[in-house]
Amino acid sequence: MRCGVVVFPGSNCDHDAYHVLKHVLDQDVTFLWHQDDSLKGSELVILPGGFSYGDYLRAGAMAALSPVMAAVKRHAETGGLVLGICNGFQVLLEAGLLPGAMRRNASLRFRCQDVWLKVERADLPFTRKLRVGQVLRMPIAHAEGNYEDAPEKLDVLEAAGQVVFRYSTPDGAVTPEANPNGAARNIAGICNAQGNVLGLMPHPERCSESVLGNTDGLALFAGAVEAGSRLVAGARR
Amino acid sequence: MKARVTVYPRREILDPQGKAIRDALSRVGFAGVEDVRAGKSFEISLGIDDPVEAERELRRMCEKLLANTVVEDYSVELLGAEVGVRP
Repeated sequence: MRCGVVVFPGSNCDHDAYHVLKHVLDQDVTFLWHQDDSLKGSELVILPGGFSYGDYLRAGAMAALSPVMAAVKRHAETGGLVLGICNGFQVLLEAGLLPGAMRRNASLRFRCQDVWLKVERADLPFTRKLRVGQVLRMPIAHAEGNYEDAPEKLDVLEAAGQVVFRYSTPDGAVTPEANPNGAARNIAGICNAQGNVLGLMPHPERCSESVLGNTDGLALFAGAVEAGSRLVAGARR
Repeated sequence: MKARVTVYPRREILDPQGKAIRDALSRVGFAGVEDVRAGKSFEISLGIDDPVEAERELRRMCEKLLANTVVEDYSVELLGAEVGVRP
């Protein structure tokens, strides 16, 4: 399957995502420059972590208006798969592809540590290889992961099942102590109503190989590749 | 036309920076500070003379880019053609 990894000025996890898709999962991967106005036939698009445009104005705000994002929006609207990781999640929020916004971490500190994530959805293209209630360990590295929205909008998000990952303890308890950044309702990752766009603050691309000591992130990429390949096969039939 | 746009966190949303600044002000002896909201200010020069049109354009800028209206409010202030920004 063809995968595209978007490169904004300031992206710094683009090669990690490329590596996982290309060398661990043996997929056809291309980089997409922020000024490109096409996705070069990509079926799965990754918005990687980093500091796009130096986090000027707000994290993800400038990237959300770049030419490639118009193509990403069209891709998402037609059911194409989009995965935003960390800064990529912030870009998806600023672009309006996912609801809500990020504030500075409640601690005001950049948090770089492993966290545990409770899986809330296992029926999405990205999570089809996971189980509801499963707990994953993944690293975070961000200063603005404090997810916010109006309480009534959070209620709608939860009722629609769009919360995909929550910060939890290693045994899956969703507690304030397990929340590294103050995110509303321990939200670590959400999807759109259709389930084809996913954003999360933790970094699955940094834990997708045994040599790194953790492979909990690989299932996300493998699930997306499997689901995307079926979509492509279905379209060609 | 010159204008000043101010963007600040919405009242109902926790502002961790403002809270830290409030605490710091208390620590250095400003006991009367009850609340601080930390925001951003933009000085914008516009090639538009009509104040109504200028304000409309500035509000569109806020909605499109300068503010994230999920968590931020904004205000627009027209400073006129002659008023410069004093250092």
